[in-house]
Amino acid sequence: MSDFPTSAKVVVIGAGIVGNCLVGHLARLGWTDIVLIEKGPLPNPGGSTGHASNFIFPVDHNKEMALLGVQSANQYRDMNLSVDSGGIEVARTQERMNELDRRMTSAMAWGVPAEMLTPAEVKELVPFINDEVILGGFHCPTVSVVDSLETGTVMRKEAQDKAGLQVFANTEVLDLITEDDPVPGMSQIKAVVTDKGTIEAEYVAIACGVWSNRIANMADTYIPLVPAVHQMADVGPMDVLVETNNEIGYPIVRDMDTFCYERQSAGSMEVGSYGHRAILHHPDEIPSNEEAALSPTEMPFTQDDFDPQMETAIELMDMLGDAEIKYAINGLLSLTPDAMPCLGELPDVRNLWSAAAVWVKEGPGMAQVVAEWMTYGYPRVIDPHASDISRFYPDELSDEHIWARADEHFIKTYGIVHPSEQWESRRGLKESSLKAITDAAGAEYFTARVWERPHWYTSNADLVERYGLSEREVEWDNRWWSPIIDAEHLNLRENAGMVDLTAFQIFDLEGPGAVAFAEYLSVNKVDKAVGTSTYTPWLTPDGGFHSDLTMLRLGEEHIRVVTGAFDGGRDEAWIKKYMPTDGSVTFTNHTEDYVTIGLWGPNAPAILAQLTDADLSHEGSPYGSVRSVTVAGVDVDIFRISYVGDTGWEIYIPWNDAPAVWEAIASAGADHGLRPCGAGVYAVGGRIEKGYRLMGAELESEYNPVEAGLARPKVKAADFIGKQAYLAAREAGPDAVMCTFAVEDHTDSAGRQRFIQAGNAPILTNDGERITDSHGRVSVVTTAGNAPSYGKYLCLGYLPTDQAEIGNTFKVMYMNELFPVTVVATTGSAFDPDDSRLKG
Amino acid sequence: MNILVCVKRVPAPGAKINVTEDGLSVDSAHLGFTTSPHEECALEEAVQISERDGGEVTVLTLGPVEAEEQLRYGASVGAHHIILVPTDGSAWDPQRTAAALTTAIEQAEQANGQPFDLILFGNESADSGGFQVGVRVALKLGRPSVNAIKGIDPGDGSVIARREIDGGFEVYEVPTPAVLGIKEGINLPRYPTMKGRLASKKATLETAEIAAEPGGQALIRLHRPPEQASTTEILGTDETAAVRIVDILEEIGVLA
Repeated sequence: MSDFPTSAKVVVIGAGIVGNCLVGHLARLGWTDIVLIEKGPLPNPGGSTGHASNFIFPVDHNKEMALLGVQSANQYRDMNLSVDSGGIEVARTQERMNELDRRMTSAMAWGVPAEMLTPAEVKELVPFINDEVILGGFHCPTVSVVDSLETGTVMRKEAQDKAGLQVFANTEVLDLITEDDPVPGMSQIKAVVTDKGTIEAEYVAIACGVWSNRIANMADTYIPLVPAVHQMADVGPMDVLVETNNEIGYPIVRDMDTFCYERQSAGSMEVGSYGHRAILHHPDEIPSNEEAALSPTEMPFTQDDFDPQMETAIELMDMLGDAEIKYAINGLLSLTPDAMPCLGELPDVRNLWSAAAVWVKEGPGMAQVVAEWMTYGYPRVIDPHASDISRFYPDELSDEHIWARADEHFIKTYGIVHPSEQWESRRGLKESSLKAITDAAGAEYFTARVWERPHWYTSNADLVERYGLSEREVEWDNRWWSPIIDAEHLNLRENAGMVDLTAFQIFDLEGPGAVAFAEYLSVNKVDKAVGTSTYTPWLTPDGGFHSDLTMLRLGEEHIRVVTGAFDGGRDEAWIKKYMPTDGSVTFTNHTEDYVTIGLWGPNAPAILAQLTDADLSHEGSPYGSVRSVTVAGVDVDIFRISYVGDTGWEIYIPWNDAPAVWEAIASAGADHGLRPCGAGVYAVGGRIEKGYRLMGAELESEYNPVEAGLARPKVKAADFIGKQAYLAAREAGPDAVMCTFAVEDHTDSAGRQRFIQAGNAPILTNDGERITDSHGRVSVVTTAGNAPSYGKYLCLGYLPTDQAEIGNTFKVMYMNELFPVTVVATTGSAFDPDDSRLKG
Repeated sequence: MNILVCVKRVPAPGAKINVTEDGLSVDSAHLGFTTSPHEECALEEAVQISERDGGEVTVLTLGPVEAEEQLRYGASVGAHHIILVPTDGSAWDPQRTAAALTTAIEQAEQANGQPFDLILFGNESADSGGFQVGVRVALKLGRPSVNAIKGIDPGDGSVIARREIDGGFEVYEVPTPAVLGIKEGINLPRYPTMKGRLASKKATLETAEIAAEPGGQALIRLHRPPEQASTTEILGTDETAAVRIVDILEEIGVLA
């Protein structure tokens, strides 16, 4: 075909809701020379968009999903392709009622209008519901029903008008052509081969829904998602629905305890289910448009899987029982290993982008995220760190992993998921060489992505009595928690604690360009004496946090980057995206070459001194220094630093020597009260009372170091990513300030002691009003946890600058009740604000 | 009036049907299955008669064990009894099928103590379309048989059956027990209700294991028909298209 292009600036593959919105947003951001390719016909190519139920419940506990849901709903509204039907989540059990209270709390956090309803009030809005089987409802009037196909057409048209978008339907992608990149292990996208011709392209975006990984595989990369069935049956007609004379006249009902929804569709009711077994398919099992009776993603209905849901649906709405099942499908949608989307540039193929595992409810917002990311180097609308495709480790990029995790979390789509809930499947992917030792000490393991980390040790149970601690009153607050955590904490502060930090991600930058490159990544100065360290943010080009980590100057041409297990993938990708291509810097991942043991507490120096001749004084091993020494006969690096607020070291030990060093430290510490200590102390209790910030919690791209209280007095001369924005932020001063709050009273309306669980609990005025700063950013709890040494339960969160004063009082909403809190620290620590313990 | 409806499990229509590499069967990888449309109408007719005049409806199929799905579907829209004559999953020729069905019907009638007043078949199956099985069963049972029926009025000891022809109907009075081949269009079959579906799960599946000899008709090879090429011409996106539209309407004789 003669008019088929041979080159383009950007090729977007897939014209579902995501691809269409992506070209629309790219056009709005000034991109031109865009080509959109679609294998199927338009306007409905046969992907998941075509059979979506098209409703948006704008409440989610997860910030990214909630805000992008709201953002997407507003985009549909702006196009007049949306109707606010309202929606009600009904509860059949007390446990679900508690969850609905939690939904109320999240609605408050994200500014979504919502109310709790009695069964009778539910029946007023939905007269055909059986109010005898429900205990109440969560009503959200801004639940909307959208026209996703027409939205796609409108966005595509906008891109055609604004940017001269060329659209090719019925065009199949056969291959993606890549070339080796100067950075080892990376390639770069060059062209898209289709059955109509080859297009050379600078950028390629994959927005192929359930087929996305098949396309990614053509470039030898991987988008971890699996096509999964969501069953839906259309039953009707029913007079009460026909009489509305409307596509939708009644609120959508989510029958949460049976994992079903009932959504009016003109005279009929769509009954959808997330309650059946996980039914997963390989992309190659999906028929072509020609082979599909309905569409490729509307697979033959497997009735047996749906029968139990029909029984419960009839219980809730008797009229459904006598209505005819006119249309029923096994509709396909995309699931990922961690139930979050796959957005961003593929970490191993430069300029190849993923906009996948996105549902209609987040489509326009997530397309905007990707378009902004391609334009500005990082999105502006929200920090998508939990959706960033580079978050995955290699162990997460396999069918085996995706299928196991999707099998586990499908039923949680409407489930009640605790913020600390742990995976059951695919455990033990990455374990420390200390595993046998920590097993013997009764470690309870939590995962940090693929890594197993001891969270507390049952062998420390005796400390609970010693410190007079107890379980929490309410099971929800006690779930995934143990008073042993607080006991380990208090023992560390009194004696010493030893922490398995094997999950640290350790990256070495070496070569003549290493130091200069490290400077370019970092806000703070890295080019210091060998043997020093730098705790520093890495910023996005807009000056928000991309990372927060430590860099060690190990040699003249050698920088070691140490970051957390939740961020290793993102940080490695960021390094490779920006590292020089002239060979002046090499990158090596040493994560599995070293085990890190943290040793902290007032007795830590005395314990370590028994095992080394090295000078451990503050002169010989000053705070922030790295020294190569011998401990228990093993050559190690000791790094005097603390994330828990007590003096001590991170000890970097060759992988296979770590057990011997651990045992030697344990023996040396036996008479000094040394105990193993889990991540419950390291990641929460110890750091929260010191106000130490965590990437992904306090630190997000929406905030800058000035606001986070991490700005240094001076700015280094060297250039770095985000420097201009950072200078401007310093000039402007903070619009919000990170604060520490103490909970003053834990008593709820039932007289029970409640403990706020981390997870975006809103911080409100004493009158119960939401607090937002001048950028519209809402104040929510970013971390919550007990601070046993400080003696109170603490929360971290941002406040608008004019309200961020010690002594100011607020309310934190938790489970739809208000608890009084007081600001006890702004930029500093609640506990030991002078850091006297670090000097011990 | 007690009525037996014989149905067949066939691939759901609407999709491109692929043939397996050996050319001997349909590749069912992407296929859903359904009941032949003529038989859905036969079943609907039987259920309407039983709802109106009383009596019971039995659905019988010969096929793989998966054909239980079609029997349960029958129960979900109102059939009272369901009988499976299981095969090994291979396609049986019409003689063999008819022989097995005849035996199964005789066994069922013996158990009931009386013959079915009516045995309804679809006029032909939706997949192989042999037009044979109903006639062969009627012959073996020695009962009158009329095909291509689009109307039934039950009477006492007979039924009035109407067959559509060009410009009208042929009307037959058929003494019962009788066998009729039903054509789509006789009614608009209902969809199952949710309650009907749930009730169908409780229906007792009777199974009749019946051996029957192949009849000598063998499948040699399935061919896909040649793709029908179709071309689409966009006549324009503005008023200039009008001229071309008029041309075409004249070409096809709509306009003189």
